[in-house]
Amino acid sequence: MNAFAGKPNAARRAVLIGGGALVFSAALPLRRGRARDLGGVPETGVLVENPANAFSPNAFVRVTPSAAGEAGEIVMVMPNVEMGQGIYTQSVVLIAEELDVDPVNILLEAAPPSDVYMTAALGTEATGGSTSTMSQWDPLRQAGAAAREMLKQAAATRWGCSVDLLKTENGKVLNTKTGQSLFYGEVASEAALLTPPKDVPLRPSSEWKLIGHARHRLDSRIKVEGRCEFGIDVIKPGMKVGTVSACPVMGGRVKSMDRAAALAVPGVCDVLKIDNAVCVVADNYYAAHKGLKALFVQWDEGENAHVDTALIYQQLHDGLNDPKPLVAEKHGDAPKALAGAAKTYEAIYQQPLLAHSPMEPINCALHIRKDGADVWVSTQVPLRARDAVAEIAGLPKESVTLSSQYIGGGFGRRLEHEYVAQAAMFAKQVPYPLKIVWSREEDIQLDRYRPAYVDRVRAGLDEKGDMTSIVFDLVGPAVCARWAPAGMTKEGFDPDLAVAIAPPETPYYYKNFQENYIRRETPGVVTAWWRGVGGTRGLFVIESFMDELALLKNVDPLEWRRRLISHEHPRARGVLDLVAEKSGWGKPLPPGHGRGVCLQFVFGSYMATVATVNLEDPLNIKVVSVDSAVDCGEIVNPDQVIAQIEGGVIFGLGTALFDEITLKNGRVQESNFSTWRIIRMNEAPPVRVHLVQSHEKPGGIGECGTAAIAPAIANAIAAATGRRLRTLPLMKALHSSEGEN
Amino acid sequence: MIDLRINDQIHSVDVTPDTPLLWVLRDILGMVGTKFGCGIAECGACTVHLDGKAVRACVLPIGAVSGRSVTTIEGVGADPVGKAVQEAWIERDVVQCGYCQPGQIMAATALLKETPHPTDMQIDEALSGNICRCGTYGRIRDAVHAAAERQS
Repeated sequence: MNAFAGKPNAARRAVLIGGGALVFSAALPLRRGRARDLGGVPETGVLVENPANAFSPNAFVRVTPSAAGEAGEIVMVMPNVEMGQGIYTQSVVLIAEELDVDPVNILLEAAPPSDVYMTAALGTEATGGSTSTMSQWDPLRQAGAAAREMLKQAAATRWGCSVDLLKTENGKVLNTKTGQSLFYGEVASEAALLTPPKDVPLRPSSEWKLIGHARHRLDSRIKVEGRCEFGIDVIKPGMKVGTVSACPVMGGRVKSMDRAAALAVPGVCDVLKIDNAVCVVADNYYAAHKGLKALFVQWDEGENAHVDTALIYQQLHDGLNDPKPLVAEKHGDAPKALAGAAKTYEAIYQQPLLAHSPMEPINCALHIRKDGADVWVSTQVPLRARDAVAEIAGLPKESVTLSSQYIGGGFGRRLEHEYVAQAAMFAKQVPYPLKIVWSREEDIQLDRYRPAYVDRVRAGLDEKGDMTSIVFDLVGPAVCARWAPAGMTKEGFDPDLAVAIAPPETPYYYKNFQENYIRRETPGVVTAWWRGVGGTRGLFVIESFMDELALLKNVDPLEWRRRLISHEHPRARGVLDLVAEKSGWGKPLPPGHGRGVCLQFVFGSYMATVATVNLEDPLNIKVVSVDSAVDCGEIVNPDQVIAQIEGGVIFGLGTALFDEITLKNGRVQESNFSTWRIIRMNEAPPVRVHLVQSHEKPGGIGECGTAAIAPAIANAIAAATGRRLRTLPLMKALHSSEGEN
Repeated sequence: MIDLRINDQIHSVDVTPDTPLLWVLRDILGMVGTKFGCGIAECGACTVHLDGKAVRACVLPIGAVSGRSVTTIEGVGADPVGKAVQEAWIERDVVQCGYCQPGQIMAATALLKETPHPTDMQIDEALSGNICRCGTYGRIRDAVHAAAERQS
C-alpha cells in the first residue's frame, strides 16, 4: 500500500514540525499509568496534568517544568500505534538520539486523533504499509533536535553565557566551562517562550549512540506481566459488555429475533438492533454471548445469498478474457515483442481471500453522551475512527476523545474502522459506557478480506531462452478505490497492485514490460489491506514466474535472478549473494528436499529469501528452514528488524500453506481457529535473518517476510518434486493434481 | 456465591456456575491479563493454572473451579519459575503485539515446573496449543530454554 507516495500531500509532513503543533500539544490528555509503566518510572508519582507552562515545542516532545535540582517529566508522543512492530521503542530512540535522554527515563503517550500525525504516504493518520520508520525517520529526529536547541538556548540565557559552551547529556544541559548543569525540566518554562528553530542539522551517523544498536523493547515488561492495556481490556465505571452478530451475508438485514428469550438470560440487560446487526448487552461477555444465542436472529439475506467461492474465482478467471484491459504501466512495446518472440511462455496464478484474525478479537469501547463521547479502541486509523463516531453520534469532532490502545495484532485489519462505526451505532442507543467484543467467529466471518486475485504472466523469449518482454494481466479488486480513492491513478489503477512486479518496485530490468489491469470487485465480501498488501500478491506471481523461466532455460534460479537485476539495484545483488552463502545454496540436500529462492525490492527494502522444504511425504510440505538476507538501509534497532522478519515469515508461511476463506450461499465457511488454521509452534521452522550494514535511507520491514515466503516455498517444492504449484494455499494445491505430469 | 482462590486471594463471585473462569476473571474481577482469543480452547490465550496445571479458562466453568487454586498471569511472577520465565521473555525480546504472551508464559511455566529441562520437542508439545499470530515461536522456544537455565 503506497497510495500517496510521491503525491503533493507529502508536503503535509512539514506540519509535523514547527509552530503549528504548539497549540495542539496543550490539548493532549496524559495517560499516566501506561506511560510510567513503559518508562519504568514508579507508578506512585505526583500527577501533573500537562501544565500550561509545559515546554512543548512540537507534537512529539513535552517537558514538564520542575523545581530546582529535579528532573521533571519528559513525555514523548507516539505518532504510530504499537501493534507488535516495536514502533514505540523505535520512535523513542529516534527522538532520544537528538534530545539526549535515556529512553527508559521518558514517559510515553499514544497520539490522539489529529491531522498533525498524518502519515503522508497513507493520506491519513494511519499505521500501515510498512511506512512507520520510513516516515518518522527525519521528523522525530528533528523534533528531538529542535527541543534540545531550545533547552540549550534557555539555559544559556539563564547563565548569561554563549550557547556554544553548552552541551546536553542524559536529560541535562551542561556548561562545559563552569561545570554547571540543569535538568531539562528546570529550564522548561523559559524554553517554552522561545520560537522553535527550523532545520536544526541532524547528527551524522558517526555520532549516534542509540540508533543502530540492539535495544530491548520498552513494552516487554507490561506485556509479560499482563499489565498492558489492549482495547479489549478497557474497563470504565458503569461499563457494560456487548457482543454482536451482523448478517453473515453481506448486504442482508435483521428479519426477526426473540428479544424476550435473550433478556431472560441472567445478566443480560439490553438487546440493541441496527439495520444489519444486533448486539446483546450484559454484565459480562459470557452472559451476552448466551443472550445472543438465545436471541435466535433470522436474516433477510439479500442479493448476495448466491455467492460462493467458485463464482468468485470464475469471475476472476473470466476477467483474463476482457477485450479491453486497462494498460496500467508499460515501457518499451511488450505486446509487439511478445508477438515477435521466438518462443513465449505463459502461467496463471490464483490467490485466495484471506482473513486477518489478529489474536485480539475486534472490539471497541465507547461512551456516547449528549455533550461528547469517549472512545477506547485498538485502531490503526485513530482519526478516521474518531470522525466516524462523531458523525454517527451527531457530535462535533472536537467533543470526541479517542484513546489509541495497544493493539493485539493489526495486520491491516485495524486499518478498517467499520467496527468502530458499528459500535457507535449501538452505543448511541444507551446511556452507559459500552464495550463491544466480537466473538472469534464474528471476527473471522465478518472480516474484510485480503482479495482473491488471478494473474496471468506472459514472457517473450529469444532463441537462447532469454527474456525479451513480459506482460502481466492482473484481475482483482482495487482496495485503494475504497480505502484511499485519491490514491488511484486517473485511469483507474490501484498502484498497490504494481508493487513487487513493476518498476520502480522490482529489482529486475525488463526490456519490454506491460502491466494490464482488469478490475473485478469481489461479490459478497468487502476487500481490504492485509499484511504485505500488494507485495504479497505481486511477489508470489513474479518470483514464481522467474523460477519457471530459469528452470525452462535450465539455469540455476538464483543465477537467473542475478542476471536480470537492473544496474540500478546493486543492493539486490548483495542480498542475493549473502543469502546464497548463508543458506548453503547449491550444496547437496537429502532426497525429497528442495530449496527455493525469492528476491524482492518492496517497501523500500531489499531482501532475498531461501526456503528449504522436505517432501519425503509427497502429500505434506515440511518447511525445514528459512534464511533471509535483508538490506533495509539504516536500522534503528537491529534486533527488532530481525524480529519482524522472523514473525513476518511465520505469518506468511502458515497462510501460504493452509489458508483460504471460502463462501457458500454468501456465508464465510471458516469460523474459528478449528477451521481457520494458524501455524503452530511445532510447524514453525527456524528463520535465520542476515542483516546487511547500510547507510541508505531506511526502508520498511514489517511486511517483507510475509511477502517473501509463499514464492520461496513454491519454488522449493518445484525443486524437490518437479511440481509447479501456482495456486494458493499450497497444501490444497499439493493435494490436487496441479503441476503433475 | 462461589468462592474462588486466585493468586492466593479469596474472591466471592455471584455468577451462574456455567460461566467460564475467563469471564469471571476479566469482566467480574477486572483481572484482564488473561486473554480472550477463541472461546473454544483452540488458541491458548486464556491459559491459567488450576492447581499448577495449565488449563484453558475460556471453557472452564466456574462451578468446577470452586475450592481449587487458580494462578493467573498477574500472580505467576510470585513463583520463582514463573518469574524466571517472564524475565527470559524480556531478555530474549519475545513479545511483539504481546496479546498471546500471557497464555504462552503460563503454558511455559507449567511445563518447566513439570519438566525443568525440556527438549525442543517437549516444548513444542507443551506449547503447540498456544497460537501466536505475530510468529514469535522461535524466540519462545529460546526463552523457555533460557528460563530453564536460570533455574539451574
